[in-house]
Amino acid sequence: MAKMNMVQAINLALHQEMEKDDRVILLGEDVGRDEGVFRVTEGLVGKFGENRVMDTPLAESGIVGMSIGMAIYGLRPICEIQFSGFTYENFHQLESHAARIRRRSQGKYQVPMVLRTPYGGGVRALEHHSESREAYWAHTPGLKMVIPSGPRIARSLLISAIRDPDPVIFYEPKAVYRAFREEVPEEEETFPIGKPRVVREGKDLTMVAYGAMMRPTLEAAEQLKESDGVECEVIDLLTISPLDDEPIAESVRKTGRAVIVHEAPRSFGPGAEIITRIMEKAFFYLEAPIARVTGFDIVIPLFARENDYLPDAQRITKAARNVLSVK
Amino acid sequence: MPRTEIDLPCRVERLSILDEHGELDQSLEPDIPDDFLLKMHRAMLSGRRFDERLLNLQRQGRIGTFAPISGQEAAQLGAAVHLRRDDWMVPCFRESLAETWRGKDPASALLYFAGYDEGGRPEDDRNDLPIAVPVGSQTLHAVGLAWGMKYREKDSVAMTFFGDGATSEGDFHEAMNFAGVFTLPVIFVCQNNQWAISVPRSKQTRSKTLAQKAIAYGIPGIQVDGNDILAVYTAVGEAVDRARKGEGPTLIECETYRIMMHTTADDPKRYRSEDEVNEWKKKDPIVRYQTYLKNKGLLTDKDIEGIEEEIKAEIQTAVEHSEKMMKDSGDPLDMFLHTFQELTPALEEQKEELSRELSERRQEADHG
Repeated sequence: MAKMNMVQAINLALHQEMEKDDRVILLGEDVGRDEGVFRVTEGLVGKFGENRVMDTPLAESGIVGMSIGMAIYGLRPICEIQFSGFTYENFHQLESHAARIRRRSQGKYQVPMVLRTPYGGGVRALEHHSESREAYWAHTPGLKMVIPSGPRIARSLLISAIRDPDPVIFYEPKAVYRAFREEVPEEEETFPIGKPRVVREGKDLTMVAYGAMMRPTLEAAEQLKESDGVECEVIDLLTISPLDDEPIAESVRKTGRAVIVHEAPRSFGPGAEIITRIMEKAFFYLEAPIARVTGFDIVIPLFARENDYLPDAQRITKAARNVLSVK
Repeated sequence: MPRTEIDLPCRVERLSILDEHGELDQSLEPDIPDDFLLKMHRAMLSGRRFDERLLNLQRQGRIGTFAPISGQEAAQLGAAVHLRRDDWMVPCFRESLAETWRGKDPASALLYFAGYDEGGRPEDDRNDLPIAVPVGSQTLHAVGLAWGMKYREKDSVAMTFFGDGATSEGDFHEAMNFAGVFTLPVIFVCQNNQWAISVPRSKQTRSKTLAQKAIAYGIPGIQVDGNDILAVYTAVGEAVDRARKGEGPTLIECETYRIMMHTTADDPKRYRSEDEVNEWKKKDPIVRYQTYLKNKGLLTDKDIEGIEEEIKAEIQTAVEHSEKMMKDSGDPLDMFLHTFQELTPALEEQKEELSRELSERRQEADHG
């Protein structure tokens, strides 16, 4: 086992899956010679050549539309969109085609592609480089929306995404890319798309988060334990859509209280859906209104103010105490 | 540091072999076997009659909206006939004749126009994509398919169809550009039918031709008389040959005309003159092709009558077959199929919910 950051872990998944399966093709802007603006594709063009790792013209719709054709042909394209803020250029290729080809062809064709893209704030970037718009894709029938929270799970989920028969949007939390290291085994690991996991067990309060918000959420859980003696159960969503609500409902049936955390804007965000599912499946177990700690309903500010925008452990702890205070 | 000129291929070739009066340029006449010439004639006529029957069914309320192809038979058939079984056809939504030529069951097409998703399924033994409604967006799929062919070292091609309006779309630009950069076997067939619903070709671009757009991507482009099947056949044949040899994509602009409405949901009288339509009717692709075949001694008026009768019977059979298919496709719960390879837990729940609701409604209806 080697200690790796998320960039290295994703890179490992790409190396291993490309070695194993010649249908796997990488394409995008600067993924070849430059090895990716975050170096996620390091060493790949040297090892697999320009036929497997393609630097494309600068055109997001072209990249995604071409990937759809490649996937229909029987390949397993992984396209990189340099920042999620540029995926709106390819929005209609995902909504109109990637998500629908299986249905439109009545099962004759499928689009087993992965769209990898860095999302989220916290790296002092330019405009269009910090937003969190997973709700768009989660709202689109036919797409799967996945967001890993750390190196080891990112590697496992990416391998599962590449092998998935349906199109997967794979958001990489760029604030986590080089934030910490984890042991990542050399041997292959996968993790099923569509399953959350409980990362901390507890009986008093359920916390649901994902992606870059896992770290402040876990930090808040730890603080609450130390200062208040509260046992938080923390669920890492991993797959935003299709949402598996059962582990969340099961946890809330135990704790009776919940806080949902995401950096995406609040209104119509993933939190709204998660809370509704809890209402549908665990309402009579609730002992307090559910709280959500989220980004505000504004464009994320430039980096001088982004730390005041993004949820942090203090904001999460405060929301949790409010929920816990209801008797 | 003087001002200098860069040498560009600034001329665009235009090809016409059989003019609107049926006059033939013998030096350019393609070498096509007689039986194939007749087969193409039958297909064109069948495409026209199928269109007319569809319009009739639509006006009776038996099918929904569809996009007629009348007037464009030569443009799409002259291109599609070059495709082999291992090639891919990537249509937009005005290629019912090309699709039928490729093996699409007309009954299945009718099923689709009657609002059943099942009718959209391409035939199992053909590599064709289903129709794509968002204009121009499908051209990129042809690029991806062609990249797959190149990667797997096949000599097959991807042929994509689109209209004059699509050339204004960003995806058209990206598709042409990608196909050029990666030297891919894509045949871009533009059916320039002069109108994008109510917007004339002159308002899509200031360019003199659509074919010249190829120059900017460093690929060959040619304009052909799109109502002249011999010209379309020749130009597309050359493009397909080049693509199979690894020489990359071509843009073929077929100048043609949509004789009917954009779709059955609009009225062309609102935006174009009857005079213009009548001028184009004189250039009908089927009439001139029949003249050509008669002059060659391959076809008589009596033959045409016989073919018309056969086509009529075939279409009637397809209509009846489609009505049977509609009866067999009645289960509303089938709407949940094919969103993902497997139903997700949430979709299972929603399907169950609809199933319960439907059976409750049936019970209520039964018990008055």
